[in-house]
Amino acid sequence: MKIIVAIKQVPERDARVRIDANGQWSPEFDQQYALNEPDAYALEEALQLKEKHGAEVIAVSVGPERVAAALRDALAKGADRALHLQCDAVGSLDALGVARLLAAAVKPENADLLLTGLQSEDLGQGQTGVILAELLGLPHASLIVRVEKTESGFTVKRELEEGWFQCIEVPAPAVLTIQSGGNKLRYATLMGIKRAKAKEVRRIAATELVKLPAPTAILERVTLPLKQKSTQMLTGSPKESATALIEKLKQEARVL
Amino acid sequence: MSGIWVVLETREGSVSRMSWEAVAAALQLSAIVGLPISAAVIGAQTELLAAELAANPITQAVNKLIRIEHPLLGEYTADGFSLSMELFFATEKPSYILFPHSYQVRDYAPALAARMGQALIGDVIAIDDGPVFTRQLLQGRLNGHYRHSGDGPCFLSVQAGAFAAQTEQAQPASSATEVTLFTPTLTPEKIRTKPGTPFRAAAQSVDLSAAQRIVSVGRGIKDAEHIPLAQQLATALGAELAGSRPVCDQGWLPAERQVGSSGNTVAPKLYLALGISGAIQHLVGMKGSQCIVAINQDADAPIFEVADYGIVGDLFEVVPALIEALNAAKQL
Repeated sequence: MKIIVAIKQVPERDARVRIDANGQWSPEFDQQYALNEPDAYALEEALQLKEKHGAEVIAVSVGPERVAAALRDALAKGADRALHLQCDAVGSLDALGVARLLAAAVKPENADLLLTGLQSEDLGQGQTGVILAELLGLPHASLIVRVEKTESGFTVKRELEEGWFQCIEVPAPAVLTIQSGGNKLRYATLMGIKRAKAKEVRRIAATELVKLPAPTAILERVTLPLKQKSTQMLTGSPKESATALIEKLKQEARVL
Repeated sequence: MSGIWVVLETREGSVSRMSWEAVAAALQLSAIVGLPISAAVIGAQTELLAAELAANPITQAVNKLIRIEHPLLGEYTADGFSLSMELFFATEKPSYILFPHSYQVRDYAPALAARMGQALIGDVIAIDDGPVFTRQLLQGRLNGHYRHSGDGPCFLSVQAGAFAAQTEQAQPASSATEVTLFTPTLTPEKIRTKPGTPFRAAAQSVDLSAAQRIVSVGRGIKDAEHIPLAQQLATALGAELAGSRPVCDQGWLPAERQVGSSGNTVAPKLYLALGISGAIQHLVGMKGSQCIVAINQDADAPIFEVADYGIVGDLFEVVPALIEALNAAKQL
């Protein structure tokens, strides 16, 4: 079996948000990055399928030089090789543009299964996997928490709203977007990190892959969100703020 | 171009609440761009739905209603829905197509948009002059303002709770809503996936929706070994313990105690959020709470946008102080 996992590097979760003087935000403004957590679950699913059934796992990512670190991390955890689709202006692409690059790069691989996280922690569009399936002409299922291989494809458990689930039969080859929580994430071992150094990372310039049409969804500017409520901030030492809070909850909000 | 279309979704045989909110968003968009609104329902049997729609006053603003109907559309499949809608919208050529941002829409709308050469602007929380569509970035830390470019239809999905379905004024009644049936050409082999019957996980041992007070923990709790601290606070407050998705994903709390779009929706008198940053998926599950308290180390955390009371600080210092103060008060 051949499994492709599309991963994204995103700004570190707790990093301070930076906006430039023109009201613009770009992932390149950040300095610290992490592997998008839902993608880590997609990678984990691929590695578990590899351990159960045997597979070649190929990690692929779109982005500038920094993205190489995320691919290296995937290799250290157990992916066999990687594709780095080099693109400096990844922030200016819409979801369709990113999926077009991925589709062009992975099509010749003829994989049996393509996985990605259900959404990214920065843009949160949750579209890349679904569009990738469409562009490759493959069936898909999204928000998947469990994957079981069958003779002709996969039985997947899909999360629905409010605690409901559904099982779906999907023929191979297929694209699945993985929801978090289905598996326990692994860490890279020292041995894994060492081995990763010898694994292949093929670099492909995005401009050589496919000519992208102009994006149709354009992020013009960003602003800080407005407060929906006027929050009373309680200050002082932990003891002072705790005492003040209980007083407020009793006397003002009357919920205690 | 034929104006603004809203694709309505059903839940238990009825139009879903989020769908009415999408209609409210369409009304707002219509006021900006001056285009008429039409609505579409999709399924194997849509006659009753169409009747339900026609009876709702908000539908006065809808001048055309289309029933996309086919026996193969009885249960949702991404293939069936996206192919049928592509067939319909390819001839209709709308300027805008709005959807509720449901799990189902997330599953097919990006593919449908891609078929028509478009990228969906998803999870929209506001529509302003331009039109400019606002959606959240970085888990709610930023608002991104988007514009659609090009000739194709602009695909939008609308976040739950962002547009009020009830308070929106219906526009002056147009001539009686025209209802049309559209039968897409569908064959069974076009539908590649086989969906099973939806089911609930395990028997629920706790009903969070009935809780008067909830103490909810997020990533800030750092490790399973600190859960008992939160439990002590919950006990002192007479509250149920709940958590955000990452906490339940890690197995620190059982999944049935998860609050958010994929878990429980709660509206207690008191919701005390410990170390929860407040990603939108969490907020939709608890923002209806009467009184929200947030304790978080990060003053910029989006949870403070919805909190009535906030403490910026180390929860490992504040929570013991709270427990102590509550227990001291009890002994008086």
